[in-house]
Amino acid sequence: MTTSTTSTAPSRWERLRDSFLWYSFKRDRTAQLCLAVFICLVIAAFSAPLLAPTDPYDLAQIDILASELPPFWIDGADEMYTLGTDAQGRDLLSIILYGTRVSLLIGFGAVALQALLGVTFGLMAGYLGGRVDAFLMRLADIQLSFSTLMVAIVVGAVVKATMGSAFYSQYAVLMLILIIGLAEWPQYARTVRASVLAEKNKEYVDAARVMGLRSRRIMFRHVLPNTLSPIFVISTVQIANAIISEAALSFLGLGMPETHPSLGSLIKAGFDYIQSGSWWITLIPGAVLVVLVLSINLLGDWLRDVMNPRLYKG
Amino acid sequence: MALLEVSHLDVRFALRQGEVRALRDVNFTLERGERLGIVGESGAGKSVAAFSLLNLIAKPGFIAGGSIKFEGKELNSMSERGLRKVRGNRISMIFQDPMMTLNPVLSIGEQMVECLKAHRRISTKEARAIALDKLRQVQIPSPEKRLDQYPHELSGGMRQRIIIAIALLLDPDIIIADEPTTALDVTIQAEIMALLLELCEQHNVGLILITHDLGVVSQVTQRMLVMYAGRVIEQGPSREIINDPQHPYTQGLINALPQMATPGEKLNQIRGSMPSLSNLPSGCAFHPRCDFINRADGQPRPACTQQVPDFVESGNCRVACHMVAEMLEDRRLKEETL
Amino acid sequence: MIAFLIKRLMHAILVMFVISVLAFAIQDNLGDPVQQMVGQSVPESEREAIRERLGLNDPFLVQYVRFAKNAVQGDFGYSYFYREPALEVIARHLPATLELVFAATLIIVLLSVPIGVYSAIKPRSPISRFFMGASIIGISIPVFLTAIVLIQIFSIGITVSLFPEGTAWGAWLNGLLSTEGNMPSFGRGYDLVHVVGHWDTNLVTWNGLQHLVLPAVSLASIMLPLFIRLIRAEMMEVLQSEYVKYARAKGISMRRVYFVHALKNTMLPVITVGGVQIGTMVAYTILTETVFQWPGMGLMFLDAINHADIPLIVTYLMIVGVIFVVTNTIVDLIYGFVNPTVKLTGKPA
Repeated sequence: MTTSTTSTAPSRWERLRDSFLWYSFKRDRTAQLCLAVFICLVIAAFSAPLLAPTDPYDLAQIDILASELPPFWIDGADEMYTLGTDAQGRDLLSIILYGTRVSLLIGFGAVALQALLGVTFGLMAGYLGGRVDAFLMRLADIQLSFSTLMVAIVVGAVVKATMGSAFYSQYAVLMLILIIGLAEWPQYARTVRASVLAEKNKEYVDAARVMGLRSRRIMFRHVLPNTLSPIFVISTVQIANAIISEAALSFLGLGMPETHPSLGSLIKAGFDYIQSGSWWITLIPGAVLVVLVLSINLLGDWLRDVMNPRLYKG
Repeated sequence: MALLEVSHLDVRFALRQGEVRALRDVNFTLERGERLGIVGESGAGKSVAAFSLLNLIAKPGFIAGGSIKFEGKELNSMSERGLRKVRGNRISMIFQDPMMTLNPVLSIGEQMVECLKAHRRISTKEARAIALDKLRQVQIPSPEKRLDQYPHELSGGMRQRIIIAIALLLDPDIIIADEPTTALDVTIQAEIMALLLELCEQHNVGLILITHDLGVVSQVTQRMLVMYAGRVIEQGPSREIINDPQHPYTQGLINALPQMATPGEKLNQIRGSMPSLSNLPSGCAFHPRCDFINRADGQPRPACTQQVPDFVESGNCRVACHMVAEMLEDRRLKEETL
Repeated sequence: MIAFLIKRLMHAILVMFVISVLAFAIQDNLGDPVQQMVGQSVPESEREAIRERLGLNDPFLVQYVRFAKNAVQGDFGYSYFYREPALEVIARHLPATLELVFAATLIIVLLSVPIGVYSAIKPRSPISRFFMGASIIGISIPVFLTAIVLIQIFSIGITVSLFPEGTAWGAWLNGLLSTEGNMPSFGRGYDLVHVVGHWDTNLVTWNGLQHLVLPAVSLASIMLPLFIRLIRAEMMEVLQSEYVKYARAKGISMRRVYFVHALKNTMLPVITVGGVQIGTMVAYTILTETVFQWPGMGLMFLDAINHADIPLIVTYLMIVGVIFVVTNTIVDLIYGFVNPTVKLTGKPA
């Protein structure tokens, strides 16, 4: 390593390495395991075209005679279909990989939208106060009291009816990102608003105002960076929630269509066959969903513990 | 045999960074009806000493050694059940902030009656009668009303009076009062203290008063301990210590009182601050702040930085200071040669 | 107290108003009800006539005022699909959902309090750790999946053959872990007892209760982990407080310290937070009722969405809004009753 006589500010990488975050992470086995599992799932899902043994959307590859075959550890399995097949004869492993990709896309996309809307509204409500604040928070309260699921259902129904069923099915991923994003922005808005209200009274805001900076600049360049920590913390939980919300909507038939399924749609499709004994069609996608969401939730718990002041927990 | 005998009390905290000694080698006794003051800055270990008597130190603290004998019985090795019979009954406690001490969702009556019923087999009616009697003794107006009221409906002074009443409910032998007036308005502090003193004298109840207020100590207590960084550094009759403090720290404390300052000049201060218990200086814990670290000839005394001072008897007091020890030794030598 | 209740009533009316306006505003986008009513085969001219007759072509304000006037008199419109008053349809489906929510709430309260309190008192014990772990997993499993897994285990049955069947202990373990699975998992069953009006109850017959169990447990599984964690966190904080220390210094028994001093203070924030959550549970009944084909409001709402049955949708949303306000009011009343530092106007004493 070269030593320099001039002191340079540490690079981002060095700062991360020395930070408390990294230190805690190195010591926490659960967090490491969760991150590993999560990354594996993400990579597997997004390389579905490469990894999946068959292409479940290619009708030529589906063999209806091979339908409802059990996974490899049960008698009657065909070793070509590792995790078994569904009612149409599609390979479960492939369809799960593609489905996970869809779930993840919608999860991340929806959270990005929520964050964008929520942070903006939260900043506005917190910083501008007065009528803007009252209106936005009233709206947020009403939305929250109806619970995101119902808001999502209603918004979904409206979008579907306005754009037409066909359009909806074609652009389902985007539609779902839109729906879930609109349904969950209040969470971000509230968190950001609380932080802004706390920061607003600090001196650096007065200083910026005295210097003549415009409100917008103060909000985004000065106040926002200081409110980032809680935003990170709730983001993990929100990703998990978005994935579950999408799964719920798909399960109700209001989400991803069966031709382009997510994990939720797979569970729905498989549910009809559970009585006839083919439990794997619904339960294996279910297990993947749970593992995915669980790893995100555990990471979120760890992150929250690390980023908040440490209390001695006795 | 004294009513309460504490010897070589050693309390530690098992923290993540290692064990910290909160109390080292604390010794004192209390006779029946006697009033003892424990004085020191925040963090010196006064409250720890008080709580350890009834084994109420919260984890990660624990009593690492020493003995606490109450009427000859060892409290340190008593079971939780045995201790519960002593707490509130033979030895009561008064905490600092009456608002935090009283449970906000239970009425005053409930909190008094439960104390009585925990230790005696009496009916609620009888318990309420005793409670009323004690409320009258602490001079609370309309005591019957108070029993059904809740803590937030009363003023700070009244709450502390109630706490004193609770402390007296079972006619204890000793009351341990941890900074009983610190959280109160200045105007009522004197009143409450006077009330406590009067009741203790009346019922011949022993008092261990923990405070940082030297004025109160000199008026209320007969003997006192001065604590620093977990150790007792001076103990003896209160009047004597206040009038003629021997340990440099005690001298500093007395000098720091506003009454001791010259009008128009800066108040006297002890420079520096008390060290953290996990990072104590070597030898005498006070030496970095001590003005007497040098001998008469101007050379530094090696013992101060190397050796924890033992107690020496000086008159009616015991002092843990190398300088005092040296002075006494010199005087003894001089008397011998004469 | 009366003032408080009147204020709440006003709030409920305001909520109903806002929702009805919103719902009305989007009704054009919810689909063509005429198409739903009469199907494709009817020619366009006829459909236009029907539309005119139903007043669907009138301007928004006119339609809304008509609706509001009727609503005030108790007429919330006719469901297109069921062809009866919307309020009737909801009244028919409401008891089923309410019983489900009631049963789930009962399960939550009966389980979360002991588990939460125990985990707070002995946080390091293996039982506590087990429940904390189970809670995190519970939060990660969506309600419909819990329902499906429960159906698989208790309704269909699973045969475990992990252990060697040849040995006695293997066979025994296999038998222990396998289930017969004969719990009902469809609908409310046949053995309902009529109480009053539209209310047929599942609660008093064995068959009725059997049908209620799996759906109620599924619904409870959403909130149970939340409540356990909440109670545990609050209790742990309370146990650190000065008044608990003081109670111990008075020589009070630990049992009284936990269950009188600590528990009451713990439950206060739990009532507030928890009460609101119970209100939102109504939304999750949609998922549970779908899995179990439980004929409650949730299933009805889903059908209404799929059929673009606007009057029913609008009425449903309004009723849910009212339920929410009522639940909040009840929670506030309970809280005011339990917490002596608060007077019922909502301001601290």
